[in-house]
Amino acid sequence: MSQGQYVALAYGVVFVFVLLWVAIIAAKLARLERETGELVELARSRRADG
Amino acid sequence: MSSRNSLPLLAFATAGLLGLAVVLALLVAPEDADQGISQRIFYFHVPIALTAYACFGLGAFKALRLLVVGGERRDLESYTWIHQGTIFGALTLITGSIWAKASWGVWWSWGSNQLVLFLVLFLFYCAYFMLRFSIEEGSRRERICAVYALFGVALIPVSFFAIRLASDFIHPTVFTSNGPQMTGTMFGAFLVCWAAITLLAYLMYRVELVGKRTDANLRELREALS
Repeated sequence: MSQGQYVALAYGVVFVFVLLWVAIIAAKLARLERETGELVELARSRRADG
Repeated sequence: MSSRNSLPLLAFATAGLLGLAVVLALLVAPEDADQGISQRIFYFHVPIALTAYACFGLGAFKALRLLVVGGERRDLESYTWIHQGTIFGALTLITGSIWAKASWGVWWSWGSNQLVLFLVLFLFYCAYFMLRFSIEEGSRRERICAVYALFGVALIPVSFFAIRLASDFIHPTVFTSNGPQMTGTMFGAFLVCWAAITLLAYLMYRVELVGKRTDANLRELREALS
């Protein structure tokens, strides 16, 4: 590998790490949204039951 | 403006500064006479390493506050800072390894105290997660994790100053008692990169903390409703 390719690899690794982090946070956000929806359903059914 | 509403602004500022940092590091800063183009890894590698130290240090500070003042939120803050520290610690090891291969021809050198001590610090904080998830949630876990996080902070100055204490290493010393050993443009680019990486770490900390707090609130709500 040339010196320039090593530089590109180092900066690329940082970029990929940040992207991975964003993907993990996005997955977590989707899970939180799903769980919030389930809780809303639960609260609505409780209210309907009186 | 509430702290949560300031997150998008922080994200835009971080993205802008990171873009500027990449341009300065790759296009504006002059090429190093000794190492050539591979020296450009320095502009991200060193700020990432300094940020990892800062994250571990802040994690320990929050742990100390937890032990002195108490408060569940400080446990979460300490945990989140340490998590950021391990992310940036892993990046330090990877980018450092790439730079070592480009400059020295090897991916790793066990003869360099700076590298080995940073690896020890990184592994110490990796073990923090094993400890944390092996103890049942509650005040006992908070205290044990806080004490562990505080022990780790002693490794930070040892790792940081190892480069100056040892003489059998090949890791370069850029910042000496005579100031930074680089030109003004290089130093300016380094400072912008440092600010960008620090801001990125702070943004990641804030986002993760919001996620973890929301997670905890939802758990509490689920228990209340069930």
